[in-house]
Amino acid sequence: MSAPSTYVPKSAVGKWFESRLPIMGLLHSSFIVFPNPRNLNYWWTFGGILSFMLVAQIVTGVVLAMHYTPNAKLAFDSVEHIMRDVNYGWLIRYLHANGASMFFIAVYVHIFRGMYYGSYKAPREILWILGVIIFLLMMATAFMGYVLPWGQMSFWGATVITNLFSAFPVVGETIVTYLWGGYSVDNPTLNRFFSLHYLLPFMIAGVVVLHIWALHVPGSNNPAGIEKKTEKDTLPFHPYFTVKDALALVVFVMMYIWFVSYIPNFLGHADNYIEANPAVTPAHIVPEWYFLPFYAILRAIPDKLLGVLAMFGSIAVLAFLPWLDTSRVKSATYRPLYRQFFWLFVIAAVGLGWLGAKPPEGGYVLASRILTAYYFAHFLIVLPLLGLFETPRRLPGSIAEAVLGKGGSAAAVAAGAAQSPNTKG
Amino acid sequence: MASTSTATASEPTRRDFLFIATGAAGAVGVAATLWPFISQMGPDAATIAAGAPVEFDLTPVAEGQIVKLFWRGKLIFVRHRTAEEIKEAENVDVASLRDPQADSARVKPGKAQWLIVYGNCTHLGCVPLGHEGAFHGWQCPCHGSVFDTSGRIRQGPAPTNLPVPPYQFVSDTKIQIG
Ligand code: HEM
Ligand code: FES
Repeated sequence: MSAPSTYVPKSAVGKWFESRLPIMGLLHSSFIVFPNPRNLNYWWTFGGILSFMLVAQIVTGVVLAMHYTPNAKLAFDSVEHIMRDVNYGWLIRYLHANGASMFFIAVYVHIFRGMYYGSYKAPREILWILGVIIFLLMMATAFMGYVLPWGQMSFWGATVITNLFSAFPVVGETIVTYLWGGYSVDNPTLNRFFSLHYLLPFMIAGVVVLHIWALHVPGSNNPAGIEKKTEKDTLPFHPYFTVKDALALVVFVMMYIWFVSYIPNFLGHADNYIEANPAVTPAHIVPEWYFLPFYAILRAIPDKLLGVLAMFGSIAVLAFLPWLDTSRVKSATYRPLYRQFFWLFVIAAVGLGWLGAKPPEGGYVLASRILTAYYFAHFLIVLPLLGLFETPRRLPGSIAEAVLGKGGSAAAVAAGAAQSPNTKG
Repeated sequence: MASTSTATASEPTRRDFLFIATGAAGAVGVAATLWPFISQMGPDAATIAAGAPVEFDLTPVAEGQIVKLFWRGKLIFVRHRTAEEIKEAENVDVASLRDPQADSARVKPGKAQWLIVYGNCTHLGCVPLGHEGAFHGWQCPCHGSVFDTSGRIRQGPAPTNLPVPPYQFVSDTKIQIG
């Protein structure tokens, strides 16, 4: 999308077509000859995995929609019909339900990768923010998808999450009534959620295009966190990274299929096989695992409005990360202190996820409060200060030097050394 | 040339007029189209019609029992309180409550045994479990809000009491909700 196309169609038809719509040239320059930093590791394969999962969700979802009925009286039975009567319906539904979890596993790895290697820093701020938008759209899509089977967890999850908006003063109740299309979660709610659940993945696909466009302006960040300067720093996308991405994808898909084949309900809740009953709430309502850290933050705060604001804030703060991190050094490899704080943050986030599944009592509440405070402190205190006080390690002169050692390129070393800050970041 | 440009600056041209007129018509059009698209999100006529008053016979509800019914798609608890539960609800320092309200303001005069409240937790809408919690009213399984025998919030994240729906006694043993 950025490198000028060197693509020359071979056939006459190809030439005829290319001069009218130069799409093959665009694909060629974006995914065949595109120069990637030569040191990309396997953490960089998750973008491809995410693209695959989006397509997988759309394909399985469109097929499910051919057999599913979005009506409060029929939805639950139609999902059972998919499971029992439709040829391979059970497989397609399990692929879709587990696919959502795999999608989130991949996106969390992808986000933590960005945090570790400073991929959100200049010149990639817009790229990062587009990523946060995709993450938000994914959460909205998965939340509404989970409502569709109209089981007990579907119904009560929908009730609790839509009720979050009632926390806002004055307009809260009206917003909730307009989300529901009534006075409680009911058929109108299910219908609109189905409509939006069908729509949002295509909006995600649109934002993904922008995300990749923004990516291809500066190109990928890399484990050294320094920009590519010469051709020596790079390798063409194909075959080097197509193969690497494909290998990682196949391993990932094996894990996905393992879940689908052996433990298809492990990540779900048994209560969702009970039809929605607006008169009884299950004893333990818990959201899907990928929402648990945010759910823990919501419950950690004893005030309704503040709890809701903290939950939304914990996601919104990600969008400001490029400006909260004051260090100019990108990669944690060269930031001895940040590297430790990064892992502390990972532990806090995973810990919150664990606490989100626990009942809100006693020690769990206290622990949730401490980790919630730490979560925000990481962004609002640790990152701004760290950039001022941390002494980064000396950066390699170039990507080639980082990979091949000093001998990699004497010229690049000289040029790079002059530019790279080896004192305070 | 100089004279033309001063003319454009001082006197509006046909293009200026078209620009403003088109812009104004467009803005009104967008606003007028937007409204139906927002309004359709709200409760539809059938949902509102389902809000017609419903009658409920209290005779089968035994003392101590809580019965659930629906009005406008919303859950309602009808609780036949025991003398002890009434006493517990009345003997509370109202000023000490999070959402101060006397028990007498939440029941009909002379009908203190009948407590009629909405059945969704005022926190995030779960259905609290009856006869549970430290105050013997309700306890919410979701985030632990505790309500007393008057349906008032006593502990936990819920901000307000379980609201009392509009209802009246049409006879000694029958209520009409709505
Ligand atoms: C971003 C991509 C998507 C995600 C993350 C996602 C997520 C989900 C989730 C979590 C469920 C509940 C699964 C269950 O427990 O049964 C679901 C159900 C469903 N989704 Fe999707 N979905 C996506 C795309 C789509 C698309 C494009 C369609 C096309 C119409 C679709 C149609 C459906 C249908 C019909 C159901 C109900 C059947 C069922 O519950 O298995 N989904 N989705
Ligand atoms: S919904 Fe009842 S305590 Fe949260």
